Amino acid sequence: MPLTSEFLPYQSGRNVAGPAKVSARGVNVFYGDKQALKAVDLDIGTNEVTALIGPSGCGKSTFLRCLNRMNDLIEGARVTGTITLDRQDIYDRALDVVQLRARVGMVFQKPNPFPKSIYDNVAYGPRIHGLAQTAAEFDEIVEGSLQRAGLFDEVKDRLDEPGTGLSGGQQQRLCIARAIAVSPEVILMDEPCSALDPIATAKVEELIDELRENFTIVIVTHSMQQAARVSQRTAFFHLGELVEVGDTEQIFTNPRHKLTQGYITGRFG
Amino acid sequence: MQFVTLLASLSLLSVVLYRMGRGRAIRSVGGNAATLHSLPSYYGYYVALWCGVPAVMLIAVWLAGEPFLLKSLVLDGLPSEAGGLPAARLSLLVNEVRQLAASGDYRFASGDVARAAAEHYRELRSISFAAMSVAALALAIACGVHALRRVSPSLRARNRVEGAVQVFLITSSTIAIFTTIGIVLSLVFESLRFFRLVPITDFIFGLDWSPQMAMRQEQVGASGAFGAVPLFAGTLLISVIAMAVAVPVGLLSAIYMAEYADRRFRAVAKPLLEVLAGIPTVVYGFFAVVTVAPFLRQLGETAGLTIASESALATGIVMGVMIIPFISSLSDDVICAVPESLRHGSYGLGATRSETIKQVVIPAALPGIVGGVLLAVSRAIGETMIVVMAAGLSAHLTANPFASVTTVTVQIVSLLVGDQEFDSPKTLSAFALGLVLFVVTLGLNVVALSVVRKYREKYD
Ligand SMILES: Nc1ncnc2c1ncn2[C@@H]1O[C@H](COP(=O)(O)OP(=O)(O)OP(=O)(O)O)[C@@H](O)[C@H]1O
Ligand SMILES: [Mg+2]
Repeated sequence: MPLTSEFLPYQSGRNVAGPAKVSARGVNVFYGDKQALKAVDLDIGTNEVTALIGPSGCGKSTFLRCLNRMNDLIEGARVTGTITLDRQDIYDRALDVVQLRARVGMVFQKPNPFPKSIYDNVAYGPRIHGLAQTAAEFDEIVEGSLQRAGLFDEVKDRLDEPGTGLSGGQQQRLCIARAIAVSPEVILMDEPCSALDPIATAKVEELIDELRENFTIVIVTHSMQQAARVSQRTAFFHLGELVEVGDTEQIFTNPRHKLTQGYITGRFG
Repeated sequence: MQFVTLLASLSLLSVVLYRMGRGRAIRSVGGNAATLHSLPSYYGYYVALWCGVPAVMLIAVWLAGEPFLLKSLVLDGLPSEAGGLPAARLSLLVNEVRQLAASGDYRFASGDVARAAAEHYRELRSISFAAMSVAALALAIACGVHALRRVSPSLRARNRVEGAVQVFLITSSTIAIFTTIGIVLSLVFESLRFFRLVPITDFIFGLDWSPQMAMRQEQVGASGAFGAVPLFAGTLLISVIAMAVAVPVGLLSAIYMAEYADRRFRAVAKPLLEVLAGIPTVVYGFFAVVTVAPFLRQLGETAGLTIASESALATGIVMGVMIIPFISSLSDDVICAVPESLRHGSYGLGATRSETIKQVVIPAALPGIVGGVLLAVSRAIGETMIVVMAAGLSAHLTANPFASVTTVTVQIVSLLVGDQEFDSPKTLSAFALGLVLFVVTLGLNVVALSVVRKYREKYD
């Protein structure tokens, strides 16, 4: 069926409960002349996990990168429309992108610990943002973050060993610890488990579920099961457009749109 | 000329045999080349190799042995009164004979004996050449025909040719390796001769360097002292100054190029920087002598300092300029090799560009940068032309950058320029200095390369 940019997403189930943490209105993204996102309207609820799903190349990562302005780093990328964080326009000139990224953290597809010690990896963010002064305060932040990322017990005896020496799953949890060490409000995760084995994946999923209490989480995933397990709301993208968004349960049991239905039953994508 | 003709006819023969071998292979299967074990051209190469290689080897052996054979024949042919000559005179005579024979001009012959011997020599040589040509061509034809006879559909020509190619490659690399070993060994042996005359401890720990030797016993003053410490110190001082110039400038420009400059600026600036690397060192040398040294001298005068016109400072600065592109392009490579994901990780945490560079990119690239700097140091130590032109000749043990110092390379040059006897300690000391230089640069290179390699492995 033809998709046009006037096409309105199906809003199924409840809308976000309470005020939206992040809200996107009419977001277009261009890479040079090529349009990667077309008029996306999407609300992200506070202390919820929102999953972004859709076939490869449909713009999930692009949308995620809009939310903490990582697209600024891509040469030729241009974003139009408005995105607000707590009602504040994040593309406003007055807004400091450094502060924005402290509030909206990011975990990447491939674990990318810095070639520093485990301790320094976690302390990196607090250091650049001046979140602690004394060594004791830093210790507390590092330990707390590692604990919340479920990694502390595994690495507590080797905090001064390089983070790159950990296993893939541990590295990814280290990256999550690194992101939560600056106490962001929102955490963006771009396919955080795609490089992990099932056991490590289960650990990270469990972690995401726990983190939901304190953080708002947006996660891109290619695994339907994962989206179903960890998220409360799911948004389905297709060819740069948001096709359908709603309660995860409802999207997976009773999708409104034929494209969504086709995708989650594995008929395409 | 004759020799070229011989080689040309051998090549021609090989080409002919190539065609014959190829044709014979195709004919042997009635034109159905697919049923051959190998492609038809391999049969051609097989036959051509059999034709060419043994003949060329024969020529090589012949040419290597010819001088000895001719010499003994000529000596035998000398009139009996020459037989009683002392060995030194005899070898002089042989040399003269050779030269006369080569030039074909007997006007300056020292006597009838030499003239007759030279004619004899010429005659023998042309006979030898004719014999060699005949033998080589005969061998080529014999081996070629033999190989041709063996061409049959089941002959594994491809494997044979591949084997020959492999042997050829192994030979080439062996030659390269043995040349290196030969050079090193000659350095070592000459140095050992030197250390027999001058104790090695005096050389390495001695503080006084004045290699002029007394010509006559009663001459005073020039006793010859071979303490190389002032040279090492001078080399070190100039290298340190050079690195102090090159490392910051090179590294910072690499950071700018890799992290800040946009593509268009990079496209212009990188080649410009590489121009610096293309300037011949001799040009840097006179830049130092003509421009930098006088400038520094004047500057020193106005500031009330005495700066020698051959100061270590001027030399070091110019050498540093020469090394800048080396450091910047190596650092640029390693900085660009730091994965983009690390930068994104840092930006994603809210770090600024300079924080990211300082705390993530540089530490990640550090091993590679260190490796590059070590390579640059070894270049600075071995650099010759600039220091020969701009640094001093006499050795002073000083750490003052305004004074004139000399370096290991400068001394090697000055020891070996001009007349010399090859068994005096003065000349031999050049080999010892060369050996030290070689060991130090080799050590630096090995360390640097292993550091760089380790770094590469981390991200591949
Ligand atoms: N840096 C870039 N420059 C140019 N085009 C880009 C860039 N990044 C993404 N695109 C294009 O934008 C579109 C959306 O890409 P995006 O990476 O957002 O897809 P995705 O949904 O994350 O896909 P995947 O599931 O494979 O990660 C694609 O067509 C892609 O080719
Ligand atoms: Mg993606």
